[in-house]
Amino acid sequence: MMNFAKNNFIWIILVAVFLVLPHVFSQSFALSLMTQMAIAMIFALSYNMLLGQVGLLSFGHAVYYGLGAFFTAHLINWIASGVIWMPISLVPIFGGLCGMFFGFIIGVITTRRPGTPFAMISLGIAEMVAASALMFTAFFGGEAGIDTNRTAGGPLMGVSLSSQIQVYYLVVSWCIFSIIGMYAITRTPLGRMANAVRDNPERAKFLGYNPTRVRWMSMTLAGFFAGLAGSLYIINYEIVTFETLGILESGRVVLMAFIGGIGHFWGPIIGAILVTFLQSALSNYTEAWLLYFGLLFLVIIMFSPGGIAGLIAKHEPVMRANLLGRLVPSYAVVAATGAAMLLGFVSIIEMIYHVESAISGREPMNLFGVIIDPSSSVNSWLVVLFLFVVGTTFFIKSTRIVGKAWEDLGPDLQSKGLL
Amino acid sequence: MLSSGLTLIFSMMGVLNFAHASFYMLGAYAAYQVGYFTGFWPALFLAPILVGAIGAVVERYGLRTVHKFGHVAELLFTFGLAYVIEEIVHLIWGRAPVDYRVPASLDFTIFTIFTTQYPAYRAFMMAISVSMLIGLYLMLTKTRIGLIVQASLTHPDMVEALGHNVPRVFMFVFAGGAALAGLAGVLGGNLFITEPGMAFAVGTIIFVVVVFGGMGSLPGAFVASLLIGTIQTFSVALDYSFVNLMHLVGLEITSESMFYGLSTITLSQLAPVLPYMLLVLMLIFRPSGLMGNRET
Repeated sequence: MMNFAKNNFIWIILVAVFLVLPHVFSQSFALSLMTQMAIAMIFALSYNMLLGQVGLLSFGHAVYYGLGAFFTAHLINWIASGVIWMPISLVPIFGGLCGMFFGFIIGVITTRRPGTPFAMISLGIAEMVAASALMFTAFFGGEAGIDTNRTAGGPLMGVSLSSQIQVYYLVVSWCIFSIIGMYAITRTPLGRMANAVRDNPERAKFLGYNPTRVRWMSMTLAGFFAGLAGSLYIINYEIVTFETLGILESGRVVLMAFIGGIGHFWGPIIGAILVTFLQSALSNYTEAWLLYFGLLFLVIIMFSPGGIAGLIAKHEPVMRANLLGRLVPSYAVVAATGAAMLLGFVSIIEMIYHVESAISGREPMNLFGVIIDPSSSVNSWLVVLFLFVVGTTFFIKSTRIVGKAWEDLGPDLQSKGLL
Repeated sequence: MLSSGLTLIFSMMGVLNFAHASFYMLGAYAAYQVGYFTGFWPALFLAPILVGAIGAVVERYGLRTVHKFGHVAELLFTFGLAYVIEEIVHLIWGRAPVDYRVPASLDFTIFTIFTTQYPAYRAFMMAISVSMLIGLYLMLTKTRIGLIVQASLTHPDMVEALGHNVPRVFMFVFAGGAALAGLAGVLGGNLFITEPGMAFAVGTIIFVVVVFGGMGSLPGAFVASLLIGTIQTFSVALDYSFVNLMHLVGLEITSESMFYGLSTITLSQLAPVLPYMLLVLMLIFRPSGLMGNRET
C-alpha cells in the first residue's frame, strides 16, 4: 500500500487537486472555466501525442475533435428520441471511437511523409473538412450547428448532468482517465517506437519497424483522445457548430501545446490551463488579447523552444543541488524590469485600441486603475512610452545578469554531478 | 492568377511561410496608406518595398533566431507571426474594410467578350504578374544572383565557404518574397477587398497550390495555380449535380432513394472544397506533386 502510494504519488496528487478545486473556487464562472480547462487538457495532450511523441506537426487536429463532437451530438439526440439507450456519461467513448476512425482513415494519406509536407497536408485536409461541413447540412447542421440536451438520458446512479458541478466531475473523471491512458501509451513499446521514429526514422526502419505505420498508429490513438475531448465539449456546451472543426480551433491547440512545452508529457497540461485561462479571463478585459497571445507564442518559440515546461525542467537540477537561492536575486531584477517593460507596452497597445474604437475613443479610460484621456493628453503617451523604452533597455541588460548567474552556477552543478 | 506570384516565392525560400498571406495583406494596406498621400502609381512601387523591408526585419530578428531549432520551429514561428500581423492590422486600421480602390485611370472596360466586360485593371494586373514571373524566372535561372540563391538553399555550407554571406542571402530572399507578396497585395487589394480577414482567405489556398504543383518547383507552382484558379472559377459557374449526370445516362434519382441529399449537391456548391479534394487525390497518386522532384 505504501509502495503504491509512493509510486503513484503524482497521480494521487492530480486526482486530489481535481476533486478539491471546485470547493476552493465554487463560483459558476470558475467552475465552467475549470471544465473547459480539463477538456483543453485532453485535447492538448492528444495533440502532443503527434507533435511531441512522433514529431508530426499537424494543423488540422481539430478535425477529430470536431467530428467527435458532432457524432456525440447526434448520439445524444438519438438517446433523447429513444432510438438507442445508453448512459450519457459513457457517450465520450463513442465520440473517441469516432475520432479514432477518422484518424485511421485520414492517417492513411497524411502519415506517409513527416515534417513540413505533413503539416501542409493536414492543413489541406482540415480546410476540406471545414468546407464540407457547410455543405452536408444534415450532419453538421449548417451555420446553426447541432444542439442537444445532455440531461436527456435521465439520471444514472444519481448523475443527471443537470448542474455544472456534475458536468465538471464527469469531465474530470474522463480527463484523469485520458491523462493516465496517454501517459501509459508513452511507456508502451509503441510509445517508445514513436519517439524513435521522431528522432531518427531511418534508423527505426533499419531496426525493422515501419515508420509510416508507427505514425499511423499514433495518429489513430491521438484521434481517439481528440474525439473524446470533442465529446466532452458537446456535453459541456450542448451545442456544436462547424467552427469547432475549423482552422482556428486547430491553431488554438498548436498554441496550447507549444506554449506549455512539447518536450515534456505534462507540458501541454500547463499550456491548456494557461491558454484557456488567458482566453476567458483576458478577453474580458482587453480587445487585444489575441495580440498578446500571438506575441507570447513568438517569444516562447524564439527564446524557449521547450515551452514553459522546458523552463521549469531546466531548474530541476539546480533545485536538487539546493542552489535555487542564488538565482533569486537576478530573477528579481529581471522581473522588475520586465514588469516595467510589459506595463509600458500593454499601456501603449491599450491606449491605441481605446483611441481607435469609435464608441469610447473620445472618453477617458481606466488604465490599471489610473484614469487618463489618451485622445487629448500627450503627457500620458510620453509617460507610457518612457516606461516602455526604459523598461526594455534595462530588461535587456538584466537578462545578462541572469545569464551570469547561470554561468556561476555551472561549476557548482558540475561538482555535484548534476550537469 | 494572383496566387501564382505568391507561390513562386514560397518554393524558392525553402522556409515555408505561414505569414506569407499576411504580407499580402500588409501590401494592400500599405498601398492604401501610401496611396492616400501620393496616389496609386508611387504606391505601386513604394508599398512592396515597404513590405519587403518589414520582411527583412522579421527575418533578421525573428526567423534567424529560430532557424537553429529546425524547420518545425520556423513553420510555427511564421504561424504565430500571422496572428500577430493580423492583430497589428486591427490595431492600426481597425476591423472594418478600408476604402482602397482601383485607380480611376485604369477603371474602364478594355474589351468585351460575349457581353462580359473585361476591366482594364485586370489586364494590367495580368501584365504585371506575368512580367514579374518571367523576370523572376530569368533572374533565378540565368543570373549570378539566382545561382547564389539556389546554391544557398541546397548547399549553404559550401556557399559560405566560397565567401558569400548566406544568412544575408536568406534575408534578401525572404525580403524579396515578402515584397512580391506585398506587390500582389497592392494589385489584389483594390480588386477584391482590403480587410483584416483577407490574409486568412487566401492563406490556405496558397498551400494547396504549392503542394499540388510540387514543392520547390517553380513551373509546377505556376501551372498548379493556373489550374486551380480555372477549376475554381468554372466550377462556380457550372450548376450541375450528380442527379443531372444520372439523368443524362438515363437514370432518375428521386428524393426517396438513398444519398439523395448527397447527390443533389451541385458542382458550384462543391467549389470551395474542390481544391482540397484535388490536393488529397494528388497526394494519394503522386505524392511529389505535379512537377515536384523533391522528396522531403
